Amino acid sequence: MASMIGSKVERKEDKKFLTGKGRYTADINLHNQLHAVFIRSPHARAKIKAIDTSKAKKAAGVVDVLTGKDMQDDKIGGLIAGWKIVSKDGTDMKCPAHPPLATDSVNYVGDHIALVVAETLQEAKDAADLVKVDYKVLKAVASTAEAMNSDVIHEGIEKNLCFDWELGDKVKTDEAFASADKVVEMDILNNRLVPNAMEPRASIGDYNPSSEELTLYTTSQNPHLSRLVMSAFNAVHPEHKFRVVAPDVGGGFGSKIYPYSEDVIMAWAAKRLQRPVKWVCERTESFLSDCHGRDHITNCSVALNNDGTVTGLKVDTIANLGGYASLFATVTPTYLYGPLVLGLYNIPTAYCNVKAVYTNTAPVDAYRGAGRPEATYLIERIMDKAAKELGMDRAEFRKKNFIRQFPHQQCLVHNIDSGDYDAHFDKALNLADYSGFEKRKAESAAKGKLRGIGFSTYIEACGIAPSAAVMSLGAGVGLWESAEIRFNPTGNISVFTGTHSHGQSHDTTFAQIVADKLGVPMENIELVHGDTDKGPFGMGTYGSRSLAVGGTAIAKACDKIVEKGKAVAANMLEAKADEIEFKDGEFIVPNTNKKKTIGEIAFACYLPGTYGEIKSPLPEGMEPGLKETAFYDPVNFSFPAGSHICEVEVDPTTGETKVDTYTCVDDFGNLINPMIVEGQIHGGLAQGIGQALYENAYYDETGQLVTASYMDYCMPRADNFPEFRIDYTCTPATSNPLGVKGCGEAGAIASPPAVMNAVVDAIGTEVTMPATAEKVWKALKEKSKSARKAA
Amino acid sequence: MVKITLKVNENKVEKEVADNTLLVSFIRENLNLTGTHVGCDTSQCGSCVVHVNGKSVKSCTMLAADANGADVTTIEGLEKEGKLHPVQESFKKHHGLQCGYCTPGMVMSSIDLLKTHKNPSDEEIRKGLEGNICRCTGYQNIVASVKGAIGKV
Repeated sequence: MASMIGSKVERKEDKKFLTGKGRYTADINLHNQLHAVFIRSPHARAKIKAIDTSKAKKAAGVVDVLTGKDMQDDKIGGLIAGWKIVSKDGTDMKCPAHPPLATDSVNYVGDHIALVVAETLQEAKDAADLVKVDYKVLKAVASTAEAMNSDVIHEGIEKNLCFDWELGDKVKTDEAFASADKVVEMDILNNRLVPNAMEPRASIGDYNPSSEELTLYTTSQNPHLSRLVMSAFNAVHPEHKFRVVAPDVGGGFGSKIYPYSEDVIMAWAAKRLQRPVKWVCERTESFLSDCHGRDHITNCSVALNNDGTVTGLKVDTIANLGGYASLFATVTPTYLYGPLVLGLYNIPTAYCNVKAVYTNTAPVDAYRGAGRPEATYLIERIMDKAAKELGMDRAEFRKKNFIRQFPHQQCLVHNIDSGDYDAHFDKALNLADYSGFEKRKAESAAKGKLRGIGFSTYIEACGIAPSAAVMSLGAGVGLWESAEIRFNPTGNISVFTGTHSHGQSHDTTFAQIVADKLGVPMENIELVHGDTDKGPFGMGTYGSRSLAVGGTAIAKACDKIVEKGKAVAANMLEAKADEIEFKDGEFIVPNTNKKKTIGEIAFACYLPGTYGEIKSPLPEGMEPGLKETAFYDPVNFSFPAGSHICEVEVDPTTGETKVDTYTCVDDFGNLINPMIVEGQIHGGLAQGIGQALYENAYYDETGQLVTASYMDYCMPRADNFPEFRIDYTCTPATSNPLGVKGCGEAGAIASPPAVMNAVVDAIGTEVTMPATAEKVWKALKEKSKSARKAA
Repeated sequence: MVKITLKVNENKVEKEVADNTLLVSFIRENLNLTGTHVGCDTSQCGSCVVHVNGKSVKSCTMLAADANGADVTTIEGLEKEGKLHPVQESFKKHHGLQCGYCTPGMVMSSIDLLKTHKNPSDEEIRKGLEGNICRCTGYQNIVASVKGAIGKV
């Protein structure tokens, strides 16, 4: 049998999606179902003086109008921040109460005030207009930069500061700067983004009064964790009678990792009203209430020797958390960010300080890359600036500082197991024809266009995560993964994973692993995920973890199946278990013609007796059945890395930037399905180039989200991109037996600095993301004005 | 309320709908054809594209009442006798979809594009799909899928 691992296998999941048979949460309708609409705050910051629901409650079709008071009466708990960060003065981070429905104050436009539940959606919408909320409007804190000098949003949280965290050796880093030949400093803005999965969030609560079971259908990347949080912290329902189902989910990109207020509320409302309650988010509502991403303001500097060696790095960041601390909001700008600011460079000392602030904006949490794009952006931008100030070639300068010995203990957190950074950088330079750039630049100039080239190299810490490591750093849970291989008596296999696929193609990739490990055809393998009632507890999908952690758990469960199969085969073939070899789905006694297929063994395991001519003896004392579970806790993070090169052409008359070519060479370790990996790169690149050139979530000074629809928030379209050139190098990960590193976030991590370095190279002056035509045009005007003044 | 008669995926449909019912709501809620998706509320994303009298239409921009007498095809109507439409087949072959949410609209738009452009260039394909947003694929494999179906529609 040909190896499935490494093959471009077409996807098992495609047919249902292509024929309209995908089943997303909004597609589900339950008998006797009610429809819910939220009353949301139109103000960024206000006290709630009174909520009058009396008229709405009397409106046609309305079953109830629920408020925060009702939730308090039912003792429903608030939302939590799941990762404790300790400030540099030793105090714990400060998180405000976060009730699912506000009780006395609202803290961003879109904050939840009340829920109208009616027989039809139209009746719920009509009645929502009748709910009267009396606000005392307060001055909003909308600016990340000004948050610490503004009014205090949450009583007792001075300077709106959640934490003031540090990483690294400040004294040693100050010394490196004091003895440096040159210091280069830079202000960096990482623009705020809206994840914008194409499927808006949705939730349906369904309570069964007879069995007392509560089911929540929801758009989640992580149904087990959602159930755990809603049971343990929100006290909605006991975990053993609570089922969370995440059916087909239309993209997540981080924004669907954790339970939202709406999930808690639908589960609670269904139980309280004893009828199914359905809520489907509209797009503008989703802009207002989904967690956003990024939003950092950073000042950073590098210490340099004249020969081009980087001797130290300092990073000072303000990270915006929004109105409350969301579940993974506190780890994103700290441990997912700080350790990665070193990039793939051998920098002997660094110091990173992050102040996380509350503002009257939507909560900010993980978005594709989560912390690593922000880190990569700053190091790659300042490396470019440093090279230019040293008068060195930007490619040579990078190469001079690459890590070359592995394993490499960084001066911050990570021990990088493997990599070959010269290999992917050189390959990318070649593929992008770096040596021909000057010629292309001259050709552009002849057309009146400005051409620039930008480099970006990166590492990520993926395969999240070794539990011992992350729990010592403040994680409230371990981040292992589970798998169960259930051989059915007829020889086909159900594979249960605690990860969740919402575009990542697990049905195919994981089946390829099982097909290879057990020698069973792909069509006889079914992946089951997204239902807490079916598989073992798992930790979901994010942080490019599913394959490295979840895939490894599957591989380990397969190993256990083979182990048991050998014992059974030995008994059936009258051989010793340690003699038996397993290959391509057959248990063989070497040098004989004695063998049993894995299907025969599975059948035997379920029929441990003699029935007519069928004789299926199990070894004495062995339990019948063929089902194995494995929990895998990785020994280390995995460290994908790569080199991306972007060339842009800017039209100085309009400021419009065209991405002319984009080249990437990534090292993801071993690839299971290169076709799927390529798709992941493409998607990440589009989001990263989107951040660099188009996307921006903009709040005005009153805290109104100005970009709250696709009319105002520029989503990248097909005609914004060239055809990406993609290649790979491979140093297998040593931290997992599959040798895989993860590929889901790389494109979004690497591309913003590649594009921006190219834009700045083209126009010869700084511009912040997104480098829209207007901003680039203005930057060019400003540049020529200053040049004229200087002359 | 208004009574409408139309053909949907070659089946005759007669229903009474509220005057303000959008075609997309009619398809999803009244006919339970949930393959047509809603991804926005400003007619930007294209997740709801269907064919009305053979032409692609964002079904969130049209009233069900206006589809009276029309011949509507949704994503569910493309497969014939268990065989995928060539464009569906090409999306599968070229990994032109990931989460699948934009896919029905993307496939319906691609078919119309290939009907109106017999041999489109990459640029024409990219421009032609400008009304459909995908957040997963970065569009590259969607373009490859459309190219792969040239001459088959």
